[in-house]
Amino acid sequence: MNGMPWLSVVIWTPILAGLVVLATGPDRNAATARWLALAGAVLGFVVTIPLATGFDVTARAMQFVELKEWIERYHIRYHLGIDGISLLLILLNSFTTILVVIAGWKVIDSRVAQYMGAFLVMSGLMNGVFAAMDAMLFYVFFEATLIPMFLVIGVWGGPNRVYAAVKFFLYTLLGSLLMLVALIYLYNAAGGSFSIAAFHELPLAMTAQVLIFLAFLVAFAVKVPMWPVHTWLPDAHVEAPTGGSVVLAAIALKLGGYGFIRFSLPIVPDASHALSGLMIGLSLIAVVYIGLVALVQTDMKKLIAYSSISHMGFVTLGLFLFDRLAVEGAVIQMISHGFVSAALFLCVGVLYDRLHSRQIADYGGVVNRMPVFAAFFMLFAMANAGLPGTSGFVGEFMVIMGATKANFWIAFAAATTLIFGAAYTLWMYKRVVFGAVANPHVGELQDIETREWLFLALLAIAVLAMGLYPAPFNAVLETPVGDLLAHVAKTKIPGN
Amino acid sequence: MTLAPADYLAAWPEILLLTMVCVILVADLFLRDDQRSTTFALTVATLIACAAVIVVSAKPEVTHALNGMFVDDPLADTLKIMVFIAVAAMLIYSRGYVAARGMYRGEFFTLVLFATLGMMVMISANHLLSLYLGLELLSLSLYALVALQRDSKDNTEAAMKYFVLGALASGMLLYGMSMIYGATGQLEIPKIAQVIADGKANGTILVFGLVFLVAGIGFKLGAVPFHMWVPDVYQGAPTAVALLISSAPKLAAFAFVMRLLVEALGTASLLAEWRQMLILLAVASMAVGNITAIAQTNLKRMLAYSTISHMGFLLLGVLAGDPNGYSAAMFYVAVYTLTSLGAFGMIMLLAREGFEADRLEDFKGLNRRSPWYAFVMLLLMFSMAGVPPTVGFYAKLSVLESVVNAGQIWLAVVAVVFSLVGAFYYLRVVRLMYFDEPVDTTPIRADAGARLLLSVNGLAALAIGILPGWLMELCRQAIRSSL
Repeated sequence: MNGMPWLSVVIWTPILAGLVVLATGPDRNAATARWLALAGAVLGFVVTIPLATGFDVTARAMQFVELKEWIERYHIRYHLGIDGISLLLILLNSFTTILVVIAGWKVIDSRVAQYMGAFLVMSGLMNGVFAAMDAMLFYVFFEATLIPMFLVIGVWGGPNRVYAAVKFFLYTLLGSLLMLVALIYLYNAAGGSFSIAAFHELPLAMTAQVLIFLAFLVAFAVKVPMWPVHTWLPDAHVEAPTGGSVVLAAIALKLGGYGFIRFSLPIVPDASHALSGLMIGLSLIAVVYIGLVALVQTDMKKLIAYSSISHMGFVTLGLFLFDRLAVEGAVIQMISHGFVSAALFLCVGVLYDRLHSRQIADYGGVVNRMPVFAAFFMLFAMANAGLPGTSGFVGEFMVIMGATKANFWIAFAAATTLIFGAAYTLWMYKRVVFGAVANPHVGELQDIETREWLFLALLAIAVLAMGLYPAPFNAVLETPVGDLLAHVAKTKIPGN
Repeated sequence: MTLAPADYLAAWPEILLLTMVCVILVADLFLRDDQRSTTFALTVATLIACAAVIVVSAKPEVTHALNGMFVDDPLADTLKIMVFIAVAAMLIYSRGYVAARGMYRGEFFTLVLFATLGMMVMISANHLLSLYLGLELLSLSLYALVALQRDSKDNTEAAMKYFVLGALASGMLLYGMSMIYGATGQLEIPKIAQVIADGKANGTILVFGLVFLVAGIGFKLGAVPFHMWVPDVYQGAPTAVALLISSAPKLAAFAFVMRLLVEALGTASLLAEWRQMLILLAVASMAVGNITAIAQTNLKRMLAYSTISHMGFLLLGVLAGDPNGYSAAMFYVAVYTLTSLGAFGMIMLLAREGFEADRLEDFKGLNRRSPWYAFVMLLLMFSMAGVPPTVGFYAKLSVLESVVNAGQIWLAVVAVVFSLVGAFYYLRVVRLMYFDEPVDTTPIRADAGARLLLSVNGLAALAIGILPGWLMELCRQAIRSSL
């Protein structure tokens, strides 16, 4: 807190780095682009460290606040600030960017500068989403992330990339446009201010609350994604290049969860309570039904995509139980899912780079040729299944504990994920890694190289550290979650 | 009828422009074909000089001049400067294009300047007659420009359609104006407003006239159901002329709407009448424009439908019926002009002798051929789609805000749903540029001026998007101190 506008630095460093990388131009400068991108990503992570060290876990107000007038005509302000939830997501995002750059190092060989530049710009924009305290600033960052993601999927994706990219873009745009109308309504109701804090204090009648809730729901449900608007995700994941899948799963989906925390719950608490049954129902469908869908997938990336939806179901479930443990669990699940899904997509990427197939049936006996890789993959598969000692366990366990307090059957349905999750993840693992060498190409596989070892090891440390010692995460989350629940418990209907 | 020097002072830019048109017309006769860039330079210099005159003589108050025929107010000043910028940009973009098609002659420049003069008169009109005169001067110049390549079948056909439908629209406008005159006994806009405010005008006749006026305005803007001419003319006209038609005249048409509907017929009861009509026009334009654009394979035609939907959005701001809405609409039309200039400029950048580059396929793989111009086009397309951080988003935001503010939330929802539909076809252009491989690998050959301006244009769509405040404020000030 020494006067440096750290949040602006955190947002604009990756964006500027991305522009520099873009400026390297054609592929004959690919090596320069790669090293610049790595430098930019590392720098982008380094500048988040002051946020972590300077963060006061007990302070109740937003920290590192920056406030400037931006568009006076509509009183839109460049207003930044973070609480514990934003802090964790910013750290996760900046960390993931480094992984993405390393993961795309060799695999991406055409238009390298554009690929790396897109990811760096996107990383900065995502930080902006998590740090924005002005609804319009949030919206601008939120929407702007669509452009680089659209290009990443469409340019470097698989055979059906065009369809996936357009579907991704239009689904998310539909959601956010309705949110835009809701935000404008709130702007008028708040007497001409887009400040999120002002929205939090704004009294609203029930009908208005429900309509606003639904508009937000469409926007954030598409992002999370919740059943039944999840169908873009498997397509986008399957077609996206590995880096794209990683960012989608680790970060982009978190925008939805974060939106619920920052917008839906505190702005329209009464509607949130009234519609919590709906939300819990949709979340449980995601957890159980999508878990079953994951079981029958033959494509590894699709399986992990469905597994993501199922795990994100836990996040929305936890948020709408209005219980301290469950909400904290939901946020921890978001972070953990960021690590685990990133790791799994990177693992699939490692295999795909060698064999150019994502079909489970094309593999088998990989352990014989790639023992180190198999060990890493094992760890991440276990984390995905929610094994105690890995990060995957912590969030799920907290949410289930919270659910038990609310209703036994909700907890029961949620807990089935421990079985299904283990079933689809481990079954996939078994078919890919163990068994006889089914495909002659598998017999020629080379184990992971240093570059791959590096990003898998980084993630393994993160997954284990978070699983074995989650206390720092809980400490950071305690104040914001407590405040959120206290705020949500009060009605905002005028006259009450 | 005596005229004081002050009268001439108010119309100084128009007088200067008219003088220069005559000078250029004569001077061009003495120039050989290879000296034509002198005409070009003179034309651009004239536009710059007129803009300079306006900047120097701008006053924050409203001045009526020439026996009430003419008004000089901040709204007029701002719009005229925008018109000069748009016309100058159009000339720079189209220089290579018209040269390759044998249109790089004196007529082209004088007609463009006459059209500009028409727009200026429309913008500054304070009297139904001067309004109509300005409109006709603009329209007739445009008809001639469309048909300038007189041996081209497409151009002649487009000119014919444009002329016939334009004449019909003018007829409707005149009929509407005559009704207004009949009901109020006045032709001067403030006096019409005064008579109506005093309750001395026959309401039925007024509304009857209003219907025809709105129909005429619908024609000129190209709003559904009066939009039929737009796609045909855009596609058939030379791209340079399509660019002209799609850009600056929309600014003049906005002024036309302001002068007629708001200044003359803006009382609460009439506002309620025309709001209903504009809601219909706006919703139909957004629906038909956006949905039909999806089916187009010709980029000019697609942009035509896109223009129709943008005019729907523009009307949303107008029908909000308060200065807040009018300034949002003005901001919208300014932003629309900026992006439309760029998009047509892009077509001309890719065009060369015997090749129009107006089909969607011609943009395939542009990112391979020229990453920079692909990026410029990407910015323009996202701006048209209204995706932040490009300026198009703020245009949509301000219009939606004014609609919600006027209590028409459902209209805002309809508008966002159709802008989602719209996003699909803008995305298709981006998709073709980035995701497909190029079919045509000819290097881009356009003159440095056009290239530079196009880059500036694209970057402006981003830069004004990052800092849109000043342009919004400019529009708000113009509206606030003029109406």
